[in-house]
Amino acid sequence: MIRSKRLLAAGIAASLVLAACGGDDDDTTSDDEPAAADEPATDEPATDEPATDEPATDEPADADEPATDEPAGEPMESFNVGLTFDIGGRGDQSFNDSAAEGIDRAVEELGITFSEAEPNADGSNRAELLQLQADSSALVIGVGFLFAGDVAAVAAENPDTNFAVVDDAMLDFDNGGVPICDNCAGLTFAEEQGSFLVGVAAALNSETGTLGFIGGVGGFGLIEKFEAGFEAGAKAVNPDITIIPQYITEAPDFDGFFAADRAKEIALAMYDQGADVIYHAAGGSGAGLFEAAKEQSEASGSKVWAIGVDSDQYFTSSEEVRDYILTSMLKRVDNAVFEITKAQQEGSFAAGNTVYDLSVDGVGYSTSGDFLTADQIATIDDYKQQIIDGAIEVPTVPEGA
Amino acid sequence: MNTAVLRRIGLAAAAPLAAAVVAIAVSSIVLEVSGSDSIETFRTMIENGTKLESIIDMLNRATPLYLSAVAAAIGFRMNLFNIGVEGQYILAAFLAAVVGAQVELWAPLHIAVIMLTAMVVGAAWSGLAGLLKVTRGVNEVISTIMLNFIAIGGLVAGLLPRFIDDPADPNQGTATIAESGRLPDLNSWVELFTREITKGRRLTGVFVVALIVGIVYHVVINRSRFGYDIRASGMNPSAAKVGGVPPKRMVLIAMAGGGLVAGLVGMPEILSDTHAYDQGFIQGLGFAGIAVALLGRNTAGGMAIAALLFGFLDSSAAILQVSALASSEIVVIMQATILLVAVIAYEVVNRIRQRDEVRRAAQLVEAAS
Repeated sequence: MIRSKRLLAAGIAASLVLAACGGDDDDTTSDDEPAAADEPATDEPATDEPATDEPATDEPADADEPATDEPAGEPMESFNVGLTFDIGGRGDQSFNDSAAEGIDRAVEELGITFSEAEPNADGSNRAELLQLQADSSALVIGVGFLFAGDVAAVAAENPDTNFAVVDDAMLDFDNGGVPICDNCAGLTFAEEQGSFLVGVAAALNSETGTLGFIGGVGGFGLIEKFEAGFEAGAKAVNPDITIIPQYITEAPDFDGFFAADRAKEIALAMYDQGADVIYHAAGGSGAGLFEAAKEQSEASGSKVWAIGVDSDQYFTSSEEVRDYILTSMLKRVDNAVFEITKAQQEGSFAAGNTVYDLSVDGVGYSTSGDFLTADQIATIDDYKQQIIDGAIEVPTVPEGA
Repeated sequence: MNTAVLRRIGLAAAAPLAAAVVAIAVSSIVLEVSGSDSIETFRTMIENGTKLESIIDMLNRATPLYLSAVAAAIGFRMNLFNIGVEGQYILAAFLAAVVGAQVELWAPLHIAVIMLTAMVVGAAWSGLAGLLKVTRGVNEVISTIMLNFIAIGGLVAGLLPRFIDDPADPNQGTATIAESGRLPDLNSWVELFTREITKGRRLTGVFVVALIVGIVYHVVINRSRFGYDIRASGMNPSAAKVGGVPPKRMVLIAMAGGGLVAGLVGMPEILSDTHAYDQGFIQGLGFAGIAVALLGRNTAGGMAIAALLFGFLDSSAAILQVSALASSEIVVIMQATILLVAVIAYEVVNRIRQRDEVRRAAQLVEAAS
């Protein structure tokens, strides 16, 4: 979707003139791939997690939230939220859709109104959109880390409007991690905690004692969090388990999030090496893993599993491969959008970062397909509780890295 | 006689008028079909577009579009289809950002270093395509497409990891350029004539650069011996060659000249906006510039109008969405319609002109005999 839109826009000029250069337009997608790739997330309702009715006031365990004592305003009944998507907008089957779902729920449950917008295909007008949204909104949300810089600038111009950015902490790490501005919040996710739980699920379902991890793009810290959590979860169940990690590409080559063919090859090789459950954090490349799981299972006669990421991929993937998706690690952008909107309504909006973790259902796992047994779910939920209680601390960096 | 003059003026105005009318008609139909109020949509576009802040947005958008259009037009003027502006400006902006972040100098010098780096890189990359053409006869369309791939997918993607400022930041980019390498905005100049500019809008200083480039382009093409050679080579290469214009040198100079200007396309971001090359760097301006050059018929004034028009439409996309009047795609539809109709109308007008010319010549011959 994202790719095709960019193609459309960039190509209109060129293709009218010269059909031959159409292929060249591919280049223009590259600057947004990180954004797109980062979050191939959910537009499925959480089938398993009673995600919603957490009171926003029980502050999502904000590890690095400094200045919470700054009351951001009086409770307000109804107000407008300026939801600003990244390129792709509503309907991208990914993180934009997940954010849209959160705002739709806020409309229903909180009675707020919202206006939505997405940037031009080349992303040239993010700041203008934010400013326009700020003119008529009490809260402006930018979906995706590419909004971070523009939000900081626009927030300074609009001190009476609150801002939030999905996937960026909005903290100034050069100055000891203070909020970049008094009226902007970061909404990030404890991906390692959700990955821990699917790591537990993987270990419980592995007969060979070998697991695989396919990362889309290594080298920029985000995907390593998934690997670290997965590894820790699997080893919590079985300390002797072997995990084969592999990344498709290294940053800033973000093609690894769009390389289903390469993911498939890697997955088949891992299954050959004895892995029987593989978890991917590779965006669109995950489709290759699911195909590989199906092929391997049919060829060898013994079932191997794949684990999805971000959204409940049991629902977002094609039907033929559903039976091979054991579970999915859920990243709940919708909950983050809903919670920050609720905080705004209650007058408890606070600058700084909020980490959406297990305690607020910011991350989680899915049980669609009923492949996990009741016993396994009980075990996983037990680990979940231990993480929430702080008895288990999930690492964010893989062992030996 | 008078009717002939009127007819000429009418013909000149026909193409833009036709483009405007058809574009408005087509987008009205699309708007109504998709359930939007077309009258209200156009009213909002105009009302919003005449605000000072929106005009700043329009100028900020038009500036790189115009530079990109001029870069392409230099080649087009002599029938060189240089579609490599895309790769040239991205590579140039990246290297300029890298170089700019390494040093801290007296401000005018620092800015000059960044701009010169970009221009030299752009000229070198584009000159490569020229060199391939004159030495090996490689068609510039093929070579510039290839060079785009090599520049963006190869060099920039390959070199960026070496210059990443903060590996933990998801938005990976080069280090930010020091204060001295930032071009001041033009707000105070604009405010002299208008009112105070609010909402954090800042008119990029590169706007002045674009103005200068436009004037230089106009003078060189229309008033210099070199410009005459370029136009002659474009209209009739063999005649130009016989007339003493060295074709190979012209190709090299035109390609390098286009690249020189292409290097400036990314400067608004590097000098005025993000001061670094990161994942949000705006790509696609090279192709958008081709559309602007086409619409502006490769003339300095025409391209300026086209760039402003595209800038206006692009900046309207925001208000249409936020006011829930229409989706931003309507803007893309309008731009494409304008371009398509204008190109067809230009061609029709050209044929009518040629027919007139033939008829007039025939009349003169008849009168003489």
